[in-house]
Amino acid sequence: MEMPLTQHISSNRPALHLKDYTSVGGYQSVHKALQSLTPQEVTKMVQDSDLKGRGGAGFNTGMKWSFVPMNTTGQTKYLIANADEMEPGTFKDRLLLEGNPHQLIEGMIVSAYAIQANISYIFLRWAYKKAARLIQTAIHEAYAAGYLGKNILGSGFNLEMHLHTGVGRYICGEETALLNALEGKRATPRTKPPFPQVSGLFGKPTIVNNVETLCNIPHIVNNGPDWFRGLSPGSDAGTKLYGISGRVNRPGLWELPMGTTMRELIETHAGGMKKDFRFRAALPGGASTDFLVEEHLDVKMDYQSVSAAGSRLGTGTMIILDDQTCPVGFIHNLEHFFAQESCGWCTPCREGLPWTEKILLSIENGEGRQEDLDLLAMHTRYMGPGNTFCALAPGAMEPLQSGLKYFRADFERHINEKNCPWR
Amino acid sequence: MAIIYIDHKAYEVTPGKNVLETCLTLGFNLPYFCWHPAMGSVGACRQCAVKLFKDEEDTKGRIVMSCMEMVKEGMFLSVEDPAAKAFRAQVIEWLMTNHPHDCAVCDEGGACHLQDMTVMTGHTYRRFQYQKRSYKNQYLGPFIHHEMNRCIQCYRCVRFYKDYAGGKDLDVFAAHNHVYFGRAEDGILENEFSGNLAEVCPTGVFTDKTLKAHYTRKWDMTMAPSICQHCSLGCNIIAGERYGELRQITSRFNAEVNGYFICDRGRFGYEFVNSKNRIQQPLIRTKVPDTNDKQNLYQHLKKILSTHKVMGIASPRASLEANFALRQLVGSTNFYHGISETEARLMRSILQTLGSGQVQSPSLKEIEAADAILILGEDLHNSAPMMALAVRQAIRKAPFEAAQQIGIPSWHDAALLGFTQDKKGTLFIAYPTKTKLDELAANTMHRAPDDIARIGYAIANMLNPLSPSPEDIGQDDLKLAKRIAGIIKQAERPLIICGTSLCHEALIKAATNIAVALGTKEKKAGLSFVVPECNSMGLAMMEAPSLMQAAEALKKGEADTLIVLENDLYRGTQKKDIDDLFSYCKELIVLDHLHNETTGKASVLIPVATFAEAEGTMVNNEGRAQRFFQVFDPKNENFRESWRWLDEFKQFKNGVNPEDLAAPGNLITTLVALMPQFKGAETAAPDAGFRINGQKIPREPHRYSGRTAMLANINVSEPKPSEDQNSALSFTMEGYRGMPPAPLTPFFWAPGWNSGQSVNKYQEEVGGALQGGNPGKKLFPEIPVAGKTFLNDIPPAFTPLPGEWLMLPLSHIFGSEELSIYTPGIAERAPRPYLAISKNDAKRLKVLDEEILQLQLQDQIYQLPVLIKEELPDGLAGIPHHIPELTAIAWPANGILTKPK
Repeated sequence: MEMPLTQHISSNRPALHLKDYTSVGGYQSVHKALQSLTPQEVTKMVQDSDLKGRGGAGFNTGMKWSFVPMNTTGQTKYLIANADEMEPGTFKDRLLLEGNPHQLIEGMIVSAYAIQANISYIFLRWAYKKAARLIQTAIHEAYAAGYLGKNILGSGFNLEMHLHTGVGRYICGEETALLNALEGKRATPRTKPPFPQVSGLFGKPTIVNNVETLCNIPHIVNNGPDWFRGLSPGSDAGTKLYGISGRVNRPGLWELPMGTTMRELIETHAGGMKKDFRFRAALPGGASTDFLVEEHLDVKMDYQSVSAAGSRLGTGTMIILDDQTCPVGFIHNLEHFFAQESCGWCTPCREGLPWTEKILLSIENGEGRQEDLDLLAMHTRYMGPGNTFCALAPGAMEPLQSGLKYFRADFERHINEKNCPWR
Repeated sequence: MAIIYIDHKAYEVTPGKNVLETCLTLGFNLPYFCWHPAMGSVGACRQCAVKLFKDEEDTKGRIVMSCMEMVKEGMFLSVEDPAAKAFRAQVIEWLMTNHPHDCAVCDEGGACHLQDMTVMTGHTYRRFQYQKRSYKNQYLGPFIHHEMNRCIQCYRCVRFYKDYAGGKDLDVFAAHNHVYFGRAEDGILENEFSGNLAEVCPTGVFTDKTLKAHYTRKWDMTMAPSICQHCSLGCNIIAGERYGELRQITSRFNAEVNGYFICDRGRFGYEFVNSKNRIQQPLIRTKVPDTNDKQNLYQHLKKILSTHKVMGIASPRASLEANFALRQLVGSTNFYHGISETEARLMRSILQTLGSGQVQSPSLKEIEAADAILILGEDLHNSAPMMALAVRQAIRKAPFEAAQQIGIPSWHDAALLGFTQDKKGTLFIAYPTKTKLDELAANTMHRAPDDIARIGYAIANMLNPLSPSPEDIGQDDLKLAKRIAGIIKQAERPLIICGTSLCHEALIKAATNIAVALGTKEKKAGLSFVVPECNSMGLAMMEAPSLMQAAEALKKGEADTLIVLENDLYRGTQKKDIDDLFSYCKELIVLDHLHNETTGKASVLIPVATFAEAEGTMVNNEGRAQRFFQVFDPKNENFRESWRWLDEFKQFKNGVNPEDLAAPGNLITTLVALMPQFKGAETAAPDAGFRINGQKIPREPHRYSGRTAMLANINVSEPKPSEDQNSALSFTMEGYRGMPPAPLTPFFWAPGWNSGQSVNKYQEEVGGALQGGNPGKKLFPEIPVAGKTFLNDIPPAFTPLPGEWLMLPLSHIFGSEELSIYTPGIAERAPRPYLAISKNDAKRLKVLDEEILQLQLQDQIYQLPVLIKEELPDGLAGIPHHIPELTAIAWPANGILTKPK
């Protein structure tokens, strides 16, 4: 089984330096793209590979690039790696950043070439201190080797790369809030349209891609779109970094073909549930996705299948709810996070999330009332997509709305018994 | 026009606008918070949700924010859709979770947009059971009160303060449901437009602190449409009164003039009306003891006016009516203008330019649309603040055209901010010191006034070789002039701004040449002049001879008595000249509302009404005649309009029956008949006979309370309300309740819209002109111009005289204006006296900042603390203009600076 993303990552040794990385074929895609492909050809390859954004939205990456205005000699354009990985339960980008930063840089050079961006940023979560160190070293090495800077490999293509570490706000992972943060403004999202491809960082055409997405680019360019699509037996192309946290025997992260089932992930790769713990549900792709329950265990973890089951693939990193954890407390914890991370820009999110958090806490503390369930349901309805400014609040409502559906009896027990049965 | 369908009904609308403003224009009551017609849409509050359907077949639709959707042909919308309505009610419920519900003790109550919107959505029952979040309030200075707990986080305050007005010291702090709007720490809000926060804030977070000191609800105020008295721009205001006291000034929308806003001097400068320094009664000083009886006054005046040879001194801060009544009383040959010789020369020069028809005198709205601006010798934030705000908009909006090319509409503030970033329009400023607009300027030139004029002449010469060129101009200046000439020539709507602030005529001539050179047959170039006082232009148009000519005439014995109208002559002209002038008078009759140095010299002193107690017409800097109306009938019967007194005095002089006159309408008609240059001024507002359905327009809202009780402590019988013979407004609640004509709109109110946001209902199209057209009448006629006439009066380059400094009058928004300084908050913010000199000069004089220097200036000796301004050219010394601590100076002036022993 091919594992292009993690093939050079090993927990037994530090991340590869440039020399070692090039000796195992690193930066080949830069040579190939810059010396033998046009930007349009690179974009076409990525589009044909059917690579979908690994940050959670699942939009065709090549398609996203194709909206960037080309034939604009001299215009500043930007490429940004979204490394602000703050989705609760998600740690996939961290592995790529700490395990092989050169792979990301390589992917960014090729991607920047494809959209003809001359300035690139890595927007890194503040807490990823080790990654910051490694990326900074890798960028220096790449500059020294001529992979960054002016006239890369004699191609005439120039690219600057900068590492920017955030200050720890979940909303900075939203691409337009990231742009504001990078400009030194408050990290509130921007309205779309205009899309960043047209008016992004400092008002210039900009592409923001997730780390995992960008790390796939060298392999697609090296091996071609057909190879990439062939990596997965299912409807979505490539491999995926899947992660599991919760009461399983071996929590962790694995690179597997896109479309691996939940059951295989939990039972085979994570070694099943811990002794005396039973699986109740899982958030398949981070905290802002709907719960899936036992009946969904055979769902394939790809965009379409998870969506058909009523949730989202999201980041592909699963949080498991077991039978000895109170679902109300579990959801309250999530809503506390989301309420705290609301940027405060739009009313539903700013005022609605703290309200849901307060209701959940009172239910968890045995002070809930029957009508509180209606209020919670009301919030999940009114904080749906389109009603809020960005996707934060709708995402926050996903575990709550599915929690109300699957764990209604647990909520009612809290209210009727006036305490938490798990305490 | 486009056809759209709202709730299955077709409407013809303007395409390209957003759905919210379109719905409001169509009369729908659609609630909103974060959108503001002057600031555009950002989509933050989610209050204005409507349903948008794909087509006629679509029954499901989706909720969209109407402020963020562009009107498109064939659009299907629903305002009444149950889901959209429920969502709007839900947004209010969310906003109200933390609102303190303290309407009863809130200054905004009764004029609160949040109250109105809450009622509009039908939210009545509170389901949020938990503790409300609370904040600490801040001290924000003498103008604005802060009550942060009421905040609903609409972000309009920071968007106005920072993005629109360029303020630096108000911001949004923290995040999630703890966002905080305030300063980094307690302190005075620095921006000159901070008072607008009270109107921009949809609830009571930012309120008018001066109103708080004598609080009255909007519904309890008697209000009238008025014109700001505190600079030459003539911003439209609403003035409100209760219990004989002026309580509040708010902006009165006029799309051509001030739009939605006014400056802090205009908003807070009204307290002189309530000042203890008001002249309360007539005074005859020659009698012993002094007499203040009206009968005595009349007898005395009769004696004087029938036997003495009388001359009149007019005023740039009195209305056309008052000045004209004086002229009628003394006769046109005995009528003098009452401003300093320099000011008179400047005004003549300006009038000549504007009256020549070679340039176009733009409104503030037109200034906002300029795409390249050159400012010669004006510090607009301090001399004409709202023009500074207009210039800021022009510079800010210039890049919007590029945004439109990628499909971002001009109302889409959120997208515009992201796209335009720090791109801006082109602004050049030439002024001796730094100004607040410098931060927006492509180039600033800190030069002596003569050198600024020379650069101006050089620019004009490059635009048209027929305009004379200065000799020996430096290479750097030449390069700069070339750059500026190139850019303003390329611009589609170039604008030159100049004025009288530096009291320097060469600037005005240079500016004139540039504008004349720029103009083409098809399009005249915009040239805007800032002038000193609210009616300086009106007075100048009366073309009266000067004060010194008055002195000559008195000296020759052509007259022996002066009547001085609303004018402290000591303010503008040197003390010895005015002392001389008065020394020739047997009698000095002074009419004014506040005691000052001139009234102190009066042998007969007559109290008059302020703008709040009188009606009148003024001409602003662009030549727009505007009418202000009496707000209330003062308790003190002596507070009569100047024109009424003067009109009455005619009987003593000419034996005219006073009943034939005594109406401002008559005065203005006679004025226009005698002086055709004022033609049109009579149409600035409907006359006193105007009625709708036989009714007058009430100055009081229909909810006005306490009428039968408010004077019961004096007399239990309710007094008969005063009648207003002079205008179509009534002093009561009774009258026509529909839409009054724009110039007669005493307040903005509409059913369900108690706050000032109800102005939407008074406009033809939201953000556009008031229904029936904006008030005011532009007086300068459009004259086709055959050729170009250039002025040739190029000054030599500035060279400092040994041991002398060229003095500069530096204007201050707070302090340089005569009446507003009576507001304690404005006095608090006025500068202390200073002497601004260059760094080199400070070094040469061996002084540091704040150290005292002695200034010898026109027989006066001052000891002033030094203020080192690095950018100031050597040989120039600035002093704050017209602050009470310094006496009048004849400009231009040279001073001698020495270190005191």
